[in-house]
Amino acid sequence: MTETHPIGLTIRNGSKIYPGTQALKNVDFDLRMGAVNVLVGENGAGKSTLMKIIAGVEQLNGGTIELDGQQVIFADKTDAARHGVGIVFQELNLFPNLTVAENIFVGHEKTRAGIHIDRQAQRTAAAALMKRLEQNIDPDTPLGNLRIGQQQIVEIAKALAENARILILDEPTSALSAAEVEVLFRVINDLKKQGVGIVYISHRLEELIRIGDYITVLRDGVITGSRSMQGVDIPWIVANMIGSASKEFPKTGDHQLGNEVFRVDNVCLPSPAGGYAVDHMSLSVREGEIVGLYGLMGAGRSELLECIMAQHPNSSGQLFIGGKPVKEKSVSGRIRRGLALIPEDRKRDGLVQIMTIRENLTMSSLHDFTRGFHLSLKAEAAKAAEFVKRMAIKIASLEHPVSSLSGGNQQKVVIGKALMTRPKILLMDEPSRGIDIGAKAEIFRTMRRLAADGLGILFVTSDLEEVLALSDRVLVMANGRLTGQFPAGASAAEVISAATPNLNRVETQ
Amino acid sequence: MSSIDATANAKTIIGGHKSRTSALLLLLHMRTFVALILVFAFFAIAAPNFLTTGNMLIISKHVALNAILAIGMTFVIIAGGIDLSVGSIVGLCAMVAGYLVLYGIDLGFVGVAYSVQFNTIEICLIVLVVGILIGGINGLLITKLNVAPFIATLGILYVARGSALLFSEGRTFPNLSGNAEYGSDTFRVIGSGTFLGLPVSVWIMVVVALGAAYLATRTPLGRHIYAVGGNERGAALSGVNVDRTKLFVYMFSGLCAALVGLIISSQLQASHPASGETFELNAIAAAVLGGTSMSGGRGRIAGTIVGAFVIGILADGLIMMGVSSFWQTVIKGLVIIAAVVVDQVQQKLQARVVLQQNAN
Repeated sequence: MTETHPIGLTIRNGSKIYPGTQALKNVDFDLRMGAVNVLVGENGAGKSTLMKIIAGVEQLNGGTIELDGQQVIFADKTDAARHGVGIVFQELNLFPNLTVAENIFVGHEKTRAGIHIDRQAQRTAAAALMKRLEQNIDPDTPLGNLRIGQQQIVEIAKALAENARILILDEPTSALSAAEVEVLFRVINDLKKQGVGIVYISHRLEELIRIGDYITVLRDGVITGSRSMQGVDIPWIVANMIGSASKEFPKTGDHQLGNEVFRVDNVCLPSPAGGYAVDHMSLSVREGEIVGLYGLMGAGRSELLECIMAQHPNSSGQLFIGGKPVKEKSVSGRIRRGLALIPEDRKRDGLVQIMTIRENLTMSSLHDFTRGFHLSLKAEAAKAAEFVKRMAIKIASLEHPVSSLSGGNQQKVVIGKALMTRPKILLMDEPSRGIDIGAKAEIFRTMRRLAADGLGILFVTSDLEEVLALSDRVLVMANGRLTGQFPAGASAAEVISAATPNLNRVETQ
Repeated sequence: MSSIDATANAKTIIGGHKSRTSALLLLLHMRTFVALILVFAFFAIAAPNFLTTGNMLIISKHVALNAILAIGMTFVIIAGGIDLSVGSIVGLCAMVAGYLVLYGIDLGFVGVAYSVQFNTIEICLIVLVVGILIGGINGLLITKLNVAPFIATLGILYVARGSALLFSEGRTFPNLSGNAEYGSDTFRVIGSGTFLGLPVSVWIMVVVALGAAYLATRTPLGRHIYAVGGNERGAALSGVNVDRTKLFVYMFSGLCAALVGLIISSQLQASHPASGETFELNAIAAAVLGGTSMSGGRGRIAGTIVGAFVIGILADGLIMMGVSSFWQTVIKGLVIIAAVVVDQVQQKLQARVVLQQNAN
């Protein structure tokens, strides 16, 4: 791609100060039209801030923004939208109770005489957008009935409906299946041809290299690299992101695997849509073994972990820990037996955000500090402090709300909470989701260390590189069934083909 | 502006505000207490006879009733619920107490011409069990049948009030002086007795408050109540028994209401089926005034007690100043809204301070 792309929006000397921290320092950024401008950096590097400034959600403290050579100040998101800047946030801002069409036009409804909503016009426009996005979604479907991936597509349609000339996509693929990612990439290429300037943010580096035309790397609020994508490779990105090229994945330590510590036998979970969400799954984990469970969104991996953690009373099948059947029906009972879960959604399932770091860490182990009724706050605080040290959690005080921590540190709190119950088996659902590379590497090292200490780990991921690098054994799930089982060192191609048994059908759709 | 300038600027801004911010935060944190002192000082100066022992005792007796209900309410609200039925449970429990004092339980319905009489302790225990059971019905409706707390307790509000009226067909049980022969003549002590110079009802409030504060801060159950209100799913996945925790708070709230029912019927030496009407609103007001968050997960017993005192002193002081009861109602409403507004300010400020500390 050698044709030159005109610069649509420039930021010069952009600075943004939040109370106590400077998120952006003298940033110079050029947004090129008709191209994908990739923005990459660790969490807290300032890329969300930069993105919010372009979208008018936040304003610069110093420096200027020029749009088509004219200096502009976006008062808010609506103002930016009027100038043709659209944004799709990572966290969906949709209304599950409204239909797809209503969601797309919320806030700028198509009306007759400014009062009466023209449902038919909205429906037609929404249907056209869905067609453009190659989705077979009825505009009258309530949004809540759609899968997360489809909801993401609706969010993109919403930005397109406003005729955005500049479109910011924040982690748009984090919830999409492989087939949906392909659709999104086709749409992006299509938009590029129409001259739309796209800002693309993602943690998935190979994805960035594939889709990006220009790349800007941020570290600690400073741009550390900015160039055309030609010749960029992952080591270059990583080097600019974290300062020096470091290994993302720790080497597999050589240690002996012990006896089978955990077995799942014939677990089934009926799906509300008919059929099975988890279809006769059986697997086993040995002491000291890291078993990676790979699969695409909706393969039933999270549901399997939820069945194991007693979240689905209507599931069937048997669990064995150390050869003895698990009869406990409650979460606390299963925790007592040695199971611990690191949920996928930290915010929703992992933490009580308004409680303190200490209270979150000890939430599952309060009875360890209790005699009779009396909870010893001293013993509790001591144990919490011990785990903060052990997990290397960066905190100013144990008594701060857990919500004040970064994603990586929050995840360490969740893991610390699980480990405090002295589990025999650790179930981890997407343990590296939404955290930066540095914190990821630390989490992976922790997993290795725990396995070396004899803990059995069953972790779910949709990151292929991760599952291949970390696992002693790789299991693959698709459509609720176990579709593949590979030893360490399996090839990526084998794993992918097991995860997509109906790939051909998807591609020819 | 160069980057160095910007950083330096940011630092001076933070530095200059630091001491003032923390002083302001402390003031905001203690706001209900500060409000209490201000209200108290105001009436001490403005209302003659406000600062007399007799008046203080009257106030403390009024406050005790609301505070006991508010303590139970605080737990319910922290757990993410609401209990609208407490006022009606007060009425029903007062009627049960009155009936037991007057008639005992007539065994006629099992074909025995004999009625069992109870002494004071037994009457109290039965009434408390009634309160706990009604609270338990609230809890079961909410946990097992998934009825929204507002609806479940609204329903029980009507059921309990109706039952209280049915008990006596709407009449009052008068002259609850008890009977020395059965050991129930001590019934009046609960409402009108004193111990070490303070009304017994105030002592009951103190015991309930201390017990509740201990429960909230020093027991796993207390921690679970906060966790359930803060994030129910997160708590459940951490092994907290969410249903049992919720069941407990409604039963505890029922227990508090039963205590108030006993105190009222003993104080008046009569049981009136309408007693306790709208008490639930005062209890919610005291909890909110004391810093309990209606969205759950946050609140303190000490705050609630102070909140109850603010409401009680405000009401009493305004009466003594001769302010019309209509204005009293208006003022009470404004105070509640002001409290919540200040609470929002405090939350924002606190979040900012924590962010700063993390950044440093």
